[in-house]
Amino acid sequence: MARSGTAASRPANLNKESAGSDSDGSLTREQKLELYYFMRLTRSLEERLVNLYRQTKVIGGLFRSLGQEADAVGSAYALDRSKGDVLSPLIRNLGSMLVQGAKPNEIIKQYMAKGDSPTRGRELNIHYGDLVRGFIGQISHLGDMVPVMAGVTLSFKLRGEDRVGLVYVGDGATSTGAFHEGINFAAVQRCPLVVVVENNGYAYSTPLSKQTAARQLVDKAIGYGIAGERADGNDVIATYEVTKRAVDRARDGGGVTLIELVTYRRKGHAEHDNQSYVPPGEIERWANENDPIDRYSKRLVAEGFDKSALDAIDTRVKDEIDRATDEADASPMPDPTDALVGIYADPPAIAPLWFREGIKSAVEVHERPSSWGTHDV
Amino acid sequence: MSEITYLEAIREGLFEEMERDENVFCLGEDIGAYGGAFKVTEGLMAKYGEKRVIDTPIAEAAIIGAAAGAAHMGMRPVCEMQFIDFISTGYDMLTNYVATARYRAMLPCPMVVRGPSGGYVRGGPFHSQNPEAAFLHTPGLKIVYPATASDAKGLLKSAIRDEDCVLYFEHKYLYRRIKEEMPAGDHLTPIGKARIAREGKDISIITYAATVWKALEAAEQVQTEDGLSVEVVDLRTLLPMDDEAIIATVKKTNRVLIVHEDTRTGGVAGEITARINESAFEWLDAPILRVTAADVPLPYSPPLEDYVLPQTSDIVVALRKLASY
Repeated sequence: MARSGTAASRPANLNKESAGSDSDGSLTREQKLELYYFMRLTRSLEERLVNLYRQTKVIGGLFRSLGQEADAVGSAYALDRSKGDVLSPLIRNLGSMLVQGAKPNEIIKQYMAKGDSPTRGRELNIHYGDLVRGFIGQISHLGDMVPVMAGVTLSFKLRGEDRVGLVYVGDGATSTGAFHEGINFAAVQRCPLVVVVENNGYAYSTPLSKQTAARQLVDKAIGYGIAGERADGNDVIATYEVTKRAVDRARDGGGVTLIELVTYRRKGHAEHDNQSYVPPGEIERWANENDPIDRYSKRLVAEGFDKSALDAIDTRVKDEIDRATDEADASPMPDPTDALVGIYADPPAIAPLWFREGIKSAVEVHERPSSWGTHDV
Repeated sequence: MSEITYLEAIREGLFEEMERDENVFCLGEDIGAYGGAFKVTEGLMAKYGEKRVIDTPIAEAAIIGAAAGAAHMGMRPVCEMQFIDFISTGYDMLTNYVATARYRAMLPCPMVVRGPSGGYVRGGPFHSQNPEAAFLHTPGLKIVYPATASDAKGLLKSAIRDEDCVLYFEHKYLYRRIKEEMPAGDHLTPIGKARIAREGKDISIITYAATVWKALEAAEQVQTEDGLSVEVVDLRTLLPMDDEAIIATVKKTNRVLIVHEDTRTGGVAGEITARINESAFEWLDAPILRVTAADVPLPYSPPLEDYVLPQTSDIVVALRKLASY
């Protein structure tokens, strides 16, 4: 559990709190390795993005989930992709998207603003989705995806479909009106929705203690009349198990569950953030004592997995990211006039403004705009 | 066929679309068991049940956000704002999430947000608003605002079938004051097309919603008293705006008055003026004039409301000024 003063301690709680993960549900050996693969892929992919950012190939800001890979991967892994379950990630849930089938080359192209990125250069970073693979892209307004996912899961209910939705919010988003309105509406409608509150201690620079007076975020479930559970977000098996219970409950008609996953944000809000607001030693303590991948590797080895099996996954991940980087690097930037396409279904494109007629682009050099505050500090 | 009111026309449109397509469902505050604050949705829950006619918590962001999520999955939600004034609490969801969804994420948002709008009803600052200008500059949204009962029905049915989000403003002053026989069959009014409400050759009034009727009254008055022939263009759709119809009437009469009930600064009239300036400046024989509400929150007391909102007599004054320019 939380070892830092920034995350809530463990008071008595009316809602259920997950114990440590001595059990592992019914996960097979292959599934356990797959969890390791997705966590490693998340971390290594972000490390590659850091390199690309420093080469100024990443156009906008870069958002890390270092130290939070377990909560995204473990929770998403509890969804059933064969049934068409849908999730909506937040900025530190790259791992959940990879579980749903997002590809490293898509992620890199997004960050590099390429013309053949999933959003064709319209949106940044991991703000994209794919209904076929079951993930819906977030917008920057925190909490807004909760009402949207309430509606997605309402459609499952209206049509009698055996599908479940999952939406991620951070500790900060629990303060928004949209979070409250969305979770309350979903609760009243008993939508098959799991709301994962990823409590990583900080919203940008604001610690949890300035975000809420609640003793712990899971307490909010009581007010909505829904199930609430809290688990160690750095234990991938615990994260999987708590989410699996919520997913099963939702699929069985039990309505909404709020899950608080306690973790820690070891990097700044984005790559430019120097984390000057963090008490000395806090980051190092989490890195040394509670790294989710270290913990899981040790656990797997203790369970009898051969270290070489994990090393082989590391190698496979590196190869995949190398290939994805090469492909993304070689991809073209968008045609400027593609900016006018697809605002509406009809008309399919709007006309260029008269002073742009016959001109391909006013901007021939794609520099990172310094005004965005995305430079290294 | 008998005549039905503007309000009944909206209700008829809802029933027909619910019947035609099982993906259509309604959600809003007090719309089900109670039938809505103005009874627009009366009878809908009795016929289609509480799964397709959902009484929601008081939560406009949730109503609009949930509609968007359901629309992504192929449903066709129709949201009711109990008063359109409350759409402001869903502004973020509409402008940031819904309006951008297709463009940034290729996510379809076929949904309608409708609600009773407008003044002349002594509703005060929070039950009389005309918020269309607040959304006019948001690419990705469509805005319709019918003035007649047949357009109320035809535009609602078109809005429900549209592949994008349509804001459907319905004027509560017109709810029970105007009646019309509905066109036979599956009546659809095309989105994006204005209507000539009265033919004329001397001056054009470009307007929409309740002030269409004030414009028609004024046109009749100056015809009788001054011998002026005034054309009245009812825009019906504000976004996308029917530039073709606007430019055609400018070229026909060469004098333009724009009338709207909404406040003046940053209102729709400014946008129409700019478009005429860019595309038909040389066709104008006089400056474009505006008759609008004064720039104040709409007050409650009758002498105050009547003073602030545009009246037929104001339009007559403006028409005479244009004629004598």
